[in-house]
Amino acid sequence: MFTRRALMLGAGKGVLLTGLAARMYYLQVLESDRYRTLADENRISHRLLPPPRGLVTDRFGAPLAVNRQNYHIMIVREQTPDVRRTLEILDQIIELGPDTIERVERDVSRRRSFVPVTVRDNLTWDEVARVGVNAPDLPGLIIDAGRSRDYPEGPHLAHTLGYVAAVSEKELTGDPLLELPGFTIGKSGVEKVYDLALRGTAGTSQVEVNALGRVIRELEREEGESGNTVVMTLDLDLQRFANQRLSGQESASAVVMDIHNGEVLALSSHPTYDPNAFTNGISHKLWNNLVNNPYAPLSNKAVNGTYAPGSTFKMCVALAGLEAGIITPNQKFFCNGHLDLGNARFHCWKRGGHGWVDMHDSLKHSCDVYYYEISQKIGIDRIAAMAHKLGLGEDTGIDLPNERSGLIPTKDWKEIQLGKRWQGGETLIASIGQGYVLSTPLQLCTMTARLASGKAVRPHLTRDHVTPEGVTSREAEEFPELQVSRANLARIRDSMNGVTNEIRGTGYGSRIKIKGMEMAGKSGTSQVRRITMRERQTTGVIGNDELPWKYRDHALFVAFAPVENPRYACAVVVEHGGGGSSVAGPIVRDLLQKAQELQSARQGISAANLPNSAHLRPTSGNNNENEG
Amino acid sequence: MAMSKYRIGEDPDYVPIGRRLLLLNWTLVLLIAVLSGIGFAMLYSAANGSFQPWAERQMMRFAVGAALMIIIAITDIRIWLKLAYFSYFVALVLLIGVEIKGDIGMGAQRWINLGFFQLQPSELMKISLVLALARYFHGLTVEDTGRIPLLIPPLLMVLAPAALVLRQPDLGTALLLIAGGGVIFWLAGVRMWKFGLILGSALAAIPIGWQFLRDYQKNRVLTFLNPENDPLGAGYHITQSKIALGSGGLFGKGFMLGSQSHLNFLPEKQTDFIFTMLGEEFGLVGGLALLALYALVITYGYVIALRCRNQFGRMVAIGVTSTFFLYVFINIAMVMGLIPVVGVPLPLVSYGGTVMMTILVSFGLLMSVSIHRDIRISRQGNDDGRN
Repeated sequence: MFTRRALMLGAGKGVLLTGLAARMYYLQVLESDRYRTLADENRISHRLLPPPRGLVTDRFGAPLAVNRQNYHIMIVREQTPDVRRTLEILDQIIELGPDTIERVERDVSRRRSFVPVTVRDNLTWDEVARVGVNAPDLPGLIIDAGRSRDYPEGPHLAHTLGYVAAVSEKELTGDPLLELPGFTIGKSGVEKVYDLALRGTAGTSQVEVNALGRVIRELEREEGESGNTVVMTLDLDLQRFANQRLSGQESASAVVMDIHNGEVLALSSHPTYDPNAFTNGISHKLWNNLVNNPYAPLSNKAVNGTYAPGSTFKMCVALAGLEAGIITPNQKFFCNGHLDLGNARFHCWKRGGHGWVDMHDSLKHSCDVYYYEISQKIGIDRIAAMAHKLGLGEDTGIDLPNERSGLIPTKDWKEIQLGKRWQGGETLIASIGQGYVLSTPLQLCTMTARLASGKAVRPHLTRDHVTPEGVTSREAEEFPELQVSRANLARIRDSMNGVTNEIRGTGYGSRIKIKGMEMAGKSGTSQVRRITMRERQTTGVIGNDELPWKYRDHALFVAFAPVENPRYACAVVVEHGGGGSSVAGPIVRDLLQKAQELQSARQGISAANLPNSAHLRPTSGNNNENEG
Repeated sequence: MAMSKYRIGEDPDYVPIGRRLLLLNWTLVLLIAVLSGIGFAMLYSAANGSFQPWAERQMMRFAVGAALMIIIAITDIRIWLKLAYFSYFVALVLLIGVEIKGDIGMGAQRWINLGFFQLQPSELMKISLVLALARYFHGLTVEDTGRIPLLIPPLLMVLAPAALVLRQPDLGTALLLIAGGGVIFWLAGVRMWKFGLILGSALAAIPIGWQFLRDYQKNRVLTFLNPENDPLGAGYHITQSKIALGSGGLFGKGFMLGSQSHLNFLPEKQTDFIFTMLGEEFGLVGGLALLALYALVITYGYVIALRCRNQFGRMVAIGVTSTFFLYVFINIAMVMGLIPVVGVPLPLVSYGGTVMMTILVSFGLLMSVSIHRDIRISRQGNDDGRN
């Protein structure tokens, strides 16, 4: 009995043990591959290595946006016997303050003991050295080098370059790079427009981790590719000069561009800000200051600011008249200081009037009545068509975000947008660039470039064709002809020459006196308030100096140079600056003169009257701006 | 010694000490040492190549336990027969003791601190129950085992400690006690249909018993039924254990190179899941080798039982062998995901002093049976046919 039962029991055990062996075979042989994969997924963690962001340089290679080594100090709890003690010693070396110590202690207690916690960011080299010397007394501290964006020119190019900052929730696109802590992307300017090209591709690091996520060792590393270098059309010297020249004003902007290829050489908006402040998180106070500043330092006024063009619009009206065959250059109109239309009286800026005025004189003296007269004959729609031809009322297509397109009114536009019929008087007001007409300084500069070149030039900021796939050399862009008679264009240019280079021209005071560098231009002064009949009759028109800043006129000036064989166009708008010819004109003159002087200097032609401040940099052959 | 000298004349079955040592199953001792040695190696690996904190202490425990084993082995089997009920009684009292202490104190405490040693009454009970049941059935004829009233006392002897242990709550030990007890019933010749009856009523009682289980015990069963349901919670252990075993493949990742074990994905690698680590590092080959060693030890137990000429001895032999087998089977089946996680260690290999002691003591009894296999013992517990 016993033996039989014992053997049965033994046999049962044998069966069960065989079952275990079979299960082992199933797990370790049949299913082995699957479990091997799962084990690797457990132990191998893929980490992204952020690539260095691409550089931005000016047209000659001067660095405008670079990556700076950024040192931060971190603490690892498990490597120090007493976190608080270590922090207190560190506090004596590089002042942390009780708040930081408290925050670090809190962070440290929340993380796993091997996770480093940042104690302080942005250490100076001096601080790094001091901490390094005292390292034996500071167990558990690590000094780590990261990269942060740096703009060596600081405020000089803030608006064009933009800035980078941490990725916000709604900017996540699924690119895992964006989810890396501390990763920054372009938030405005060129940094934003070319963000993908500048970003580069991430590298990966395969590390072995344990169940707690602690890195045991690195298994494999694949370096990423750093972002592309973006070469801008800007000339740093001219840019610096423009900023300096505008800095005397409360709020102003300037654009200088090449009339043939549309390369923007300087783009300046004043006041400005330091983009470096954004890289590591801007303080609340500084941000509020920037936002609440009445002169709007964050706004790139050259591209985002829209202004009534005032008299700078007159070339457009005159050209529309010539092209439509409604006026001839020699046809004269009489200006007695005003023009009556229905019950309304439209004043010329000059009390008493200009007398008999032909087209040349109308621009030279900026006679308003002449334009009241001809605009009635041309009609607003033909003026608007010409304005669009010259690049007004639509995006220039510049590679900057948030470009404003301004406004060129038409009858249809008013009907649709405002639901009202176009009034004849509104054509008169539009003809002197007031009323509904709005344009950006960049558009005015583009208009000037088109008048000077006869081609539908478009402005752009990079020398190369930049895409996320890479940077290819921009092919010399052939802009189409303007579809405007060359003779008429020549007449307009000649009249602009009259403005600046003939005695009694409104811009004569702002002329370039250096022979061969002369500029031709047009002033504009645009009203921002309505001058009442009572004011005219009683006190007379109140002078700008007596008005509060925000009620003063905008001062505008556009010009190209040199008059013979033009090369550069420039537009300057000084917000509430007063008279165009007196305030904006000299700035345009200086910018155009500087642009030509820089060009001459780089060409090696010694100009005897080059100012000492001309800052020369060697130019490499293929960067030479004078090819083509 | 005067006593034993007196007994030399009286007792024809007396075996001198020196002879007993010669009779000792040194092959079995060697097998046990080899298994424990594998355990030391795995504990050394579990500590990433260090004798601290596990391997060294385990070796010391083994040394003490092995000495105890040999002392028990060379002790006359009749002494163990006489002590059977007493040890059962002591174990039961201690079990009730921890139960009362557990009620007063907080939570489940399973041991009594004796100062130098933490005694776990449930472990003591595993051996005592085998001894007591063997003693009881030793006194019954085959015909007696057919009489149901005579089966009631041993049934209570099994159920009382099982119930106490279940309340601790320690499902694994309770199952071990019931299964170990069942083996003795089986060997005693209890009819097959009675087992069927008990098994049937036990199955019927499952829905009722379910309500008495603690939440974590319910979870363990539910998790066993569907481990993927809760991959980061209760199912984590078993999933990671299967990954470790499976990724070990045929020959394993090598000693101290198991990624699952050494990167801490595998929980409890030095105790309940030590077989998994062995399987990961030495593969199917290593796992089967260990299984073969265990099979050899169990076979040895059967050989001893079959050669034993007294009912008590052979019941004890199969009883302890079966307990040993149950440890092995439950542990390995558990880490391979065949049965729920019940917290049973791998005997001789897993880290843990109490289990090591239990196993070595029971092997001591097994060897004692072997040494004294030719002694005939009467049903009343005296030397058979000599009084």
